[in-house]
Amino acid sequence: MKTFNIGGVHPHDNKLNTEAPVKELPIPQQVCVMVSQHLGAPSQPIVKKGDKVKVGTVLTQNDAFLGAVVHSPVSGTVNKIADIPDASNYPKPAIFIDVEGDEWEESIDRSPDIKREIELDAPAIIQKVKEMGIVGMGGACFPTHVKLMPPKDAKAEFLLLNGVECEPYLTCDYRLMLDHAEEILIGASILMKALGVPQAIVGIEANKPKAIEHMSEVAKSFPGISVQALKMKYPQGAEKQLIKALTGRAVPSGKLPINVGCVVDNVATCYAVYQAVQKNMPLIQRTVTVTGPSIKEPTNFLARFGTPVSAFLEAVGGVPEDTGKVISGGPMMGKSIMSAEATSVKGMSGILVLPEKQAHRNNIYPCIRCGKCVDACPMGLEPYLIASATAAKDFDKTEKARVMDCIECGCCQFTCPSNRSLLDNVKLGKATVGKIIRARNAK
Amino acid sequence: MAENTKWVISGAPHVHGPESVTKIMWGVVIALIPSFLVSVYFFGMQALLLTVVTVLSCLVFEYLINRFFFKRPCSLGDGSAMITGLLLALNLPSGLPLWMAIVGSLVAIGIAKWAYGGLGQNPFNPALVGRVFLLISFPAAMTQWAAPKALFGDPTRWTDALSGASPLGFAKEALKNGVPADKISEMMPYSDLFFGNMAGSMGEISAIAILLGGIYMLCRKIITWHIPVTFLGSAFLFSGILWLCSPDKFMDPVFHLLTGGIMLGAVFMATDMVTSPMTAKGKIIFGLGCGILTVLIRTFGAYPEGVSFAILIMNAFVPLINRGSTPKRFATCK
Repeated sequence: MKTFNIGGVHPHDNKLNTEAPVKELPIPQQVCVMVSQHLGAPSQPIVKKGDKVKVGTVLTQNDAFLGAVVHSPVSGTVNKIADIPDASNYPKPAIFIDVEGDEWEESIDRSPDIKREIELDAPAIIQKVKEMGIVGMGGACFPTHVKLMPPKDAKAEFLLLNGVECEPYLTCDYRLMLDHAEEILIGASILMKALGVPQAIVGIEANKPKAIEHMSEVAKSFPGISVQALKMKYPQGAEKQLIKALTGRAVPSGKLPINVGCVVDNVATCYAVYQAVQKNMPLIQRTVTVTGPSIKEPTNFLARFGTPVSAFLEAVGGVPEDTGKVISGGPMMGKSIMSAEATSVKGMSGILVLPEKQAHRNNIYPCIRCGKCVDACPMGLEPYLIASATAAKDFDKTEKARVMDCIECGCCQFTCPSNRSLLDNVKLGKATVGKIIRARNAK
Repeated sequence: MAENTKWVISGAPHVHGPESVTKIMWGVVIALIPSFLVSVYFFGMQALLLTVVTVLSCLVFEYLINRFFFKRPCSLGDGSAMITGLLLALNLPSGLPLWMAIVGSLVAIGIAKWAYGGLGQNPFNPALVGRVFLLISFPAAMTQWAAPKALFGDPTRWTDALSGASPLGFAKEALKNGVPADKISEMMPYSDLFFGNMAGSMGEISAIAILLGGIYMLCRKIITWHIPVTFLGSAFLFSGILWLCSPDKFMDPVFHLLTGGIMLGAVFMATDMVTSPMTAKGKIIFGLGCGILTVLIRTFGAYPEGVSFAILIMNAFVPLINRGSTPKRFATCK
């Protein structure tokens, strides 16, 4: 079975209650929609206090190339625009909307019929994807329309669908693949048309046999789309690792997937593209896994954006008593959040509640130079070296050790027998070296 | 928000793998059990006593230096001092006076380990530094090998022919006196050498016990195959070439692998994480160097045995090897 070539770790996958159906989370009385929910230039709100909005009303504008807009996930009245801490725990501007009923923009097709015929041509698809605020839903939130516009010197050959879900605990993509396989593959066909590529491959890890079986079955009626089972290994869902696993191609340092002819999109993104292009539905909701060892009934919820974490936790029976840490995303790359007031955004795939006894890091020992971090690094870096150079503020050395290649997957820290905070230091080094490089280029 | 501030905030990853320093160290201790039992089997209570004294003194020195010199929290829990003690004991002749073993422990823990800053900082393997210090300071006591007195089997062979000499020492002396190599080999059947019925340091005598421990460590992923295989392989090849060139003057390669400290060195001493290279490529270079140096010292040097020196010399090259053997970058490897 295929997988990527170097490094990687095998965390326990902890997929809990995977066969439970997705539940629709009731719309809360007030939502706080983060103004910027994508990677790139920040957006500006175009509504003001007192404005009436419907589901699907555009709330923000963004003229930048690397930008994405946000639509109202609810109907009601704008209460205020104020800063609240998001999953990064930094206060960011959010639009507070008092919910009144559930009135949708008329342009949105809410019928349950699956629409397979793709009417739009490539430029219109790209425009629609941009208008509907579609971003990568695996967590990075890269604006999807940008991926559909390859630079002139590059040509897309493959569309790769990421159904790997290598993060432990998370099951939202798994449920989506079981429940909406056809829509996902129509979404993939739309992206293939936009890119002009003949071939798409769906990568799914072997711990999801049902999804592999179901997606393969549905894919039979989609020419050019195939499903590839992958050997379980973290971080297979990382873009470069997935490309390597599925096509054998390696994205060179500092280059993008398109430089090796690949475009990678998450299955959830494909589903969103289907809804945007075929149903005219902007990205206003997503499936969120609410899970954890102490959660009685881990569940996937279909929830509107702007729903506070507290509402999710109430829906699974409240915050467990032994809660020590709440994470937005999975345990390998997710962010621990400090407040249940943080709200769901396009990139929030899960809410993971860890009990107190799993919330703390283990005691740190001196580095014993075992080299396990080097073996585990899927990018072939030397995490111990980057971390120690950064700790010594020797950023020249950090840069020479190719810190900018780091994908921040956390394998090094996961595997370190001395429990050293390798990734903290590597991230610091990467951020600092990034600044140094930008300053140098600006000269 | 106030009621939620008790949630822990920390960077990813939020889960940790099953590995820990303590588990690795205890894994090595478990892997050493067969060699230890064999040494007690062949050398009796003396071996047990020497091991206990060496381990205890290493632990005591670790504790004292840490507590009174560095004023750091107690580091006995990581198990590294215990391993240094065990490995040092297994590198000593069983009849060594106990006070010398204590001196060796002090050198190992105090000079080879803590003078550099403790666990993870030492460039040289502490147990080997302790052993080599003793070898240079007390050459007579350190080469006074007790003959193995197996509980079963024929105990007479060694006491008659080879009393007080290790196979390597005996062979070196005999070769110098013009005895042909095959005659020397005849006196020491491979089966004895393999199972440990020979004179030598406590832990080095039984190849099979060492290999058992090595396989255990391989399965537990405490060591990788690179160093033991390249160490033994290069020693085998190099001594094999010499032997083919002149079978009278040089011992055969199997003899070289089964005698002296090469098995113990290749499996337990050279694979020490702290003092060996980080990458597979580096480990291969390191192992090759150790093997060739060992045979060089054994055949052309003044000492009959060269494993300790070979490993210590290669230890000194580790920082250089690390710089020269960076791992394959993602996009550059197939």
